[in-house]
Amino acid sequence: MSNAATFDTRTETAIPVESPLAYSYRRSGAPQAGGPSRLQLRERAMLGHLILRGGAIVLDEAVRDVLGLNLPGQPQTLVQDASGERSIQWLSPDEWLVIVPGGEEFPLETKLREQLGSAHFAISDVSGGQTLIELSGEAARELLMKTVVYDVHPSHFPVGKGVTTVFAKATTILRRPSEDRWELVIRRSFADYCYRWLLDAGAEFGINVQQ
Amino acid sequence: MFYIYCPYCGEHREEEEFHPKGQAHLERPKEPEACSDEEWGDYLFFRDNPRGVHHEMWVHAVGCRKFFNVTRHTVSYEILETYKMGEQPSITADSQSQAREGAAVSQQEGVRA
Ligand SMILES: [Zn+2]
Repeated sequence: MSNAATFDTRTETAIPVESPLAYSYRRSGAPQAGGPSRLQLRERAMLGHLILRGGAIVLDEAVRDVLGLNLPGQPQTLVQDASGERSIQWLSPDEWLVIVPGGEEFPLETKLREQLGSAHFAISDVSGGQTLIELSGEAARELLMKTVVYDVHPSHFPVGKGVTTVFAKATTILRRPSEDRWELVIRRSFADYCYRWLLDAGAEFGINVQQ
Repeated sequence: MFYIYCPYCGEHREEEEFHPKGQAHLERPKEPEACSDEEWGDYLFFRDNPRGVHHEMWVHAVGCRKFFNVTRHTVSYEILETYKMGEQPSITADSQSQAREGAAVSQQEGVRA
């Protein structure tokens, strides 16, 4: 067990928690298309986000034992469990993003630390610093083509791929967990900018924000 | 659109994701105290400014955020190769000029034949 100081960021006390988009919903609302919409936006708020850093071999063993998932060793890859609720994404040769249902991140971090013992590694809980936005609908790819510099054509961006790239004038993690669904992981400080960009860019497709 | 191959991501990525970080393969003197002012000044402040092949460090700033090396031609801006930190370039000013001389010789031979 490492001697790193850890604490659960979700406390028992009744502190109101807000997603990074709380302000945006108040300011810009959540537009609904009148009729059938070609584009849906949904925030998956308050998920558990952990950054794992270290050697691939050591982390892979721990992650398989604790989470039952293989650490994606290939660049730009994303793996998920059967339910699709837990995922690990390659971010760099020694860095991975783990996303789990909200509340699971601290027990997971604790178990990983126990498993990894004195190995050379780092785990950071970044749940409060970013949020996940889900885009679906037939126009999702068209919206992304206007937004990111990365080539999102299916031949270049198959299901199971994930990249960090430029989103308008900010950055995003962009991933494709299934055929008709894209996920954006955006930073809290850029969340309002990204949300308003998506509303503006999505207006022509009749964007539908689900809350 | 201008694409740069990131050796860590293993694919070509848009230029906007990268930043240049200056001359590559600079070695910090092992014993700074033993350096003369000139040696230390050269290390700190003086950089090559070649017309032709140049080895540079770049960082995949929006992406894997790793530093890597680029061999770039400063006249044509052509990127001749990219390689990971700790590796040595396979293309250098010398290898380029040898290749050019070789090509010139074979051309002359071609004329003679
Ligand atoms: Zn990269």
